Amino acid sequence: MREPEPPEGPERAEGPGGYDPVGPRRHEAISPTGQGGAMDLALEEAESLEKGPGPGPAGGSGAQEKARSLWSDAWHQLRRNPVFVVSSLLILFLIVISVWPQLIASGDPLQCDLSKSQQGASPGHPFGYDTQGCDVYTRTVYGARASITVGICATLGAALLGSALGGLAGFFGGWSDSLLSRVADIFFGIPVVLGGLVFLSVVTSNTVWPVVGFIVLLGWPQIARIARGSVITAKQNDYVQAARALGAGNGRILLRHVAPNAVAPVIVVATIALGTYIALEATLSFLGVGLRPPTVSWGIDISNAAPQIRNAPHMLLYPAGALSLTVLAFIMLGDAVRDALDPKLR
Amino acid sequence: MLLEVRDLHVEFKTRDGVAKAVNGVDYSVDEGETLAVLGESGSGKSVTAQAVMGILDSPPGRIAGGEILFKGEDLLKMKEERRRKIRGAEMAMIFQDALSSLNPVLSVGAQLGEMYEVHRGMSRKDSRAKAVELMDRVKIPAAKERVGDYPHQFSGGMRQRIMIAMALALEPSLIIADEPTTALDVTVQAQVMDLLAELQRELNMGLILITHDLGVVADVADKIAVMYAGRIVEAAPVHEIYRAPAHPYTRGLLDSIPRLDQKGQELYAIKGLPPNLLAIPPGCAFNPRCPMARAVCRTDVPPLAPVSEERTSACFFWKECLHG
Repeated sequence: MREPEPPEGPERAEGPGGYDPVGPRRHEAISPTGQGGAMDLALEEAESLEKGPGPGPAGGSGAQEKARSLWSDAWHQLRRNPVFVVSSLLILFLIVISVWPQLIASGDPLQCDLSKSQQGASPGHPFGYDTQGCDVYTRTVYGARASITVGICATLGAALLGSALGGLAGFFGGWSDSLLSRVADIFFGIPVVLGGLVFLSVVTSNTVWPVVGFIVLLGWPQIARIARGSVITAKQNDYVQAARALGAGNGRILLRHVAPNAVAPVIVVATIALGTYIALEATLSFLGVGLRPPTVSWGIDISNAAPQIRNAPHMLLYPAGALSLTVLAFIMLGDAVRDALDPKLR
Repeated sequence: MLLEVRDLHVEFKTRDGVAKAVNGVDYSVDEGETLAVLGESGSGKSVTAQAVMGILDSPPGRIAGGEILFKGEDLLKMKEERRRKIRGAEMAMIFQDALSSLNPVLSVGAQLGEMYEVHRGMSRKDSRAKAVELMDRVKIPAAKERVGDYPHQFSGGMRQRIMIAMALALEPSLIIADEPTTALDVTVQAQVMDLLAELQRELNMGLILITHDLGVVADVADKIAVMYAGRIVEAAPVHEIYRAPAHPYTRGLLDSIPRLDQKGQELYAIKGLPPNLLAIPPGCAFNPRCPMARAVCRTDVPPLAPVSEERTSACFFWKECLHG
């Protein structure tokens, strides 16, 4: 990251040497350093500083020049990335309708009229009806809630568990690290769909929590690996040794010096994983082991619609389209975040 | 004596065997005194310093023997908790590359203030005020405006000043500066060294200056210890060493400084490479590169023998070297 050159106004170029070590310059409110002998040490370097001290000619930009850290840089870049803008607007919309589905769907997703089974679009019911005569539009809107809840809760759970375990293992190393890595390998070895069929078929609960728990159980090793790797990289930095040399303890080093510098890859992977978790929930629901009726879920609707694809393709199209769009939005967001947080890609 | 290192041995376990990085180093620093530790890369000067600070990477590093007495107390026998309290407060370190030694995601004010938070339990607000004070002390212009800036927003020299400020924050009695000016350009180097020397005088600290730059040493050091392959080969007051080295390695180092009167001539260089620490040659470690080497140098390790009252050399033939 190069510092921008100071604004080179014509008044900056002064006589031979271009610098008067005694008085303040024309636009400077204060003298950059004292006039004592020792203070002269700093004079040459003061020249090379990015901005002149005090409210100089470029003083107006002083406030916004401040604090260009990795995060503010990333934010700066994200805001200009159309992929980020589109995906985050889409996600914002999804979150809003999953909290308040009534805003755009007035009906009740469980209020069905069998006489309208598999009918196509009609006024007030743009997506038509499914086999049970339920309004597909209403069900698609209400289905967002399950997907978003599972996606966000599972990601939070996996990210917290994975980064805590992976971070500690990477930081302290030794036998606990080896143990954790092998345990993570075991969980990696569980095939997702098969594991889901086995674990979730014994669950009788109707809530989203068994599904969330299962996804966390299978998802944390991925995050733990990333967290472990980036903590190991971060703890080798000189500033970690410097902090240690200045008397900081393990807790402070881990939380203040290592974690903020290691969290970026975890955020990236977690954002991308969110999309795949939503798809996983739909897969499990499709197979009949995820969410169950009366919960409204895209996976369940897709499952019901699949046999009728030739009679009533609209039943499949809308929930499947909504699912694809949601997954796409989160993966695009993850991509944009990765581009912004990985300085090597800039 | 403020710090006394006695017969220190440090090893690193590697895949190919045990690398003996430090093999019996003795040195001492008193209050207000500057010791320059000189040597090539891999001579063990930084590892010795890390052992003193207690920030050796272990594993693979291991202190295999010796004593490090700080104010008469052996640091190696101390509990880690107590040692941690000494680090930063009583002894501090300045690192070579200030950019990589400062946390990029924290403002410099937060990092300077951290010293007070860790050791003095100050609140964040008070510590911020202290940070401004410190930045003033190391002559960073407009400290108040810049205290919230991030490390990458400072120039190299300013960053090194911040490192110095961090080390000085709690007015330690010992400072170890590990090549503090290597990453800076020459004009800034002089300023930073002057600042460091000035603050050292003011606070009457002991300073261990690790460097491979003989030019830096001459002005600021009181005494010099020259290291080679994990041993001290010569230790002497600074002026005596420049006048007449008592070890062929020191002589080689001095001869390889570019001089104005040699303009146009080829610059002297010590032939060969520093030894592999996994297989240090038998006898004197310097013998394969030494212009004065004889049969005895290949079999016996020369002891660090007194040359004069304040001076030692680890060469069998120091007399020849001194007068030749």
